[in-house]
Amino acid sequence: MTATDVPTPSVMGDPDEGGRFGRFGGRYVPETLVPACAELEDAFREAWSDPEFIKEFNDLLRDYAGRPSPVTECHNLSAELGFRVLLKREDLNHTGSHKINNVLGQALLAKRMGKTRLVAETGAGQHGVATATAAALLGMECIVFMGEVDIKRQALNVFRMRLLGSEVRPALSGSRTLKDAVNEAMRYWVAAVESTYYCLGSVMGPHPYPWMVREFHRVIGNEAREQCAELLGPESNDGVPDVVVACVGGGSNAIGIFSGFADTNAELVGAEPSGGAAVGRQVPGVVHGSMSYLMQDEFGQVQEAHSVSAGLDYPGVGPEHAHLAEIGRARYEPVTDTEVIEAFQLMSRTEGIIPALEPAHGLAWMVKAKDELAGKVVLLNMSGRGDKDVAQVQAILDGDAEALETMRS
Amino acid sequence: MTATPTPATWTPGPLEAALRAKRDEGRKLLCPYVMGGYPIDDWPRLIEGFASVGADALEIGIPFSDPVMDGPTVQEASTLALDNGTDPTTVLAGVATTEPGIPLVAMTYYNICFHMGHERFASSLKQAGISGAILPDLPLEEVDDWARVADAEGIETVMLAAPTAPDERLPRIVSRSRGFVYGVGLVGITGERAELASSALEMARRLKDTTDLPVIIGIGVSSPEQAAEVAEVADGVVVASAILRRMLEGGSPEDAIEFVGQLRAALDSV
Ligand SMILES: Cc1ncc(COP(=O)(O)O)c(C=O)c1O
Repeated sequence: MTATDVPTPSVMGDPDEGGRFGRFGGRYVPETLVPACAELEDAFREAWSDPEFIKEFNDLLRDYAGRPSPVTECHNLSAELGFRVLLKREDLNHTGSHKINNVLGQALLAKRMGKTRLVAETGAGQHGVATATAAALLGMECIVFMGEVDIKRQALNVFRMRLLGSEVRPALSGSRTLKDAVNEAMRYWVAAVESTYYCLGSVMGPHPYPWMVREFHRVIGNEAREQCAELLGPESNDGVPDVVVACVGGGSNAIGIFSGFADTNAELVGAEPSGGAAVGRQVPGVVHGSMSYLMQDEFGQVQEAHSVSAGLDYPGVGPEHAHLAEIGRARYEPVTDTEVIEAFQLMSRTEGIIPALEPAHGLAWMVKAKDELAGKVVLLNMSGRGDKDVAQVQAILDGDAEALETMRS
Repeated sequence: MTATPTPATWTPGPLEAALRAKRDEGRKLLCPYVMGGYPIDDWPRLIEGFASVGADALEIGIPFSDPVMDGPTVQEASTLALDNGTDPTTVLAGVATTEPGIPLVAMTYYNICFHMGHERFASSLKQAGISGAILPDLPLEEVDDWARVADAEGIETVMLAAPTAPDERLPRIVSRSRGFVYGVGLVGITGERAELASSALEMARRLKDTTDLPVIIGIGVSSPEQAAEVAEVADGVVVASAILRRMLEGGSPEDAIEFVGQLRAALDSV
């Protein structure tokens, strides 16, 4: 299966000419960046219709990232929760999360565009590690901006990026987390736009990023659709799970898996951290290049998100999620940090799979909604593995005061 | 000069009228920046102070939490202002207490305007005595909804033109721009530079070849010498970081006013 031979379902079709999904999206960038965004859009359109580029991308996904990732049926967890739990195992990809799909696509594109340097932002460090990995593989320079707070709580990933030959620069302004890392990466891009490719880590930012990043992650949903059909058989809702669940920070892993099921009757559920529930609050706003739902105060100042998970500590959300919420195709549910830590342990204990804190949000919602889900088939996108989080969770469970500070709810 | 034809129905607003009149008299235009809310308590005084030493228009910054076009100096001043409880309403109320006698232009990011609502934002600016607006993250492709409201309300929306723009883009930018056109002096964010970027002169030349609208260059203009250098080609300059930095380093509002006076003198020598 290639990335293009599955027809685009109309409910998650291409954005309009201005890069909008419904009323969300667009290209709200400083004038300096407008030509670069237009150039990127042209380059992506051209590459994405070139079978050679698609082959190169698919070859890397298979031979380097280890795709396809399997779908695992969780018998123990199913028995405990009272519904059938399937996991899409993005945690088994090279570098340990779904982020590698997008990064390989963008790094190949950057190279094709003649750029020599990648710049990226990172929260948990997973996108930074993935970008640093692609840069090493393709022989490119790489600078990763990371909030100073995240540098502390994800020290292992900082070391990984440096080991991979990337430079990690602390973002020292604002909340010193993901939002500020995006600001710094954009500022860097504004100044170095001619030589540098901005490798954005989620389905956010100015057009064409939300669309392009979705296309690079579409492989998650495409594979899962086929794998579920095989595993469930035609007698079980035509081989389609009843519910598809994913955690939502910027929303890339969720968009990737949703895209495979948008044209089915599967219910699509995004789990947001309660301290970073941009969709849940339903207030539209503009930051980092697009219009979407945005956590902000009464004057439009962007608020700081608070989550135990660095990867979801973001006050905005990708514009296509705002659209899916507005048209009622997907729903978005908040979970607390405490519920997430419990889910993290539950998954580890019952299935022998230590999840990243981010996908543990999806499981946390499933545990909460178990009455509603009774008897159903639920597919969870296991977007990453938990190695990066075990030290933090250990400290939380030990009652370490500083670690408990990262728990807000 | 291949100036874009001005629509027959368009009469220049007070900002454009004032700047054109001075420019046509041979004066180089000086547009210093005041950050609303910084320094706390003193900032409204800067408005009249800068006017008294020869500013021709003022940019009034409304601080935003995530200023992606701004370097460390403007970021620091805006963070201090926000930490002191500054919000758009306090800035506009402060501005309304001043009588500078020159046009004022609000400079902020689009979410402040969008969140308040286009109509309310435009009428609030007007009520505060502000005649223009600069929204650096609202480029040509996204500006229409706001610009329609602003035009109707008589708020002049100043568009930015950057060195990265291909030639075909510049006429479209200047024909949408009101008041003046803001030429971005370099490929980068706000902040002082040791030398004037060659792109500043190039930008000024390209814009002067495109429009009869006043062409004012900002971003990276850091000293009286650099201001004079760029004004050899441009109609004027915007200066922000060099002014704010003096106060962030402990200088008084009077020191900032004196510096603006030096910028004036340098421009008058061109
Ligand atoms: C494992 C994992 N899942 C999810 C996310 C959140 O990103 P997104 O919402 O774009 O999938 C991250 C971000 O760092 C992550 O590391």
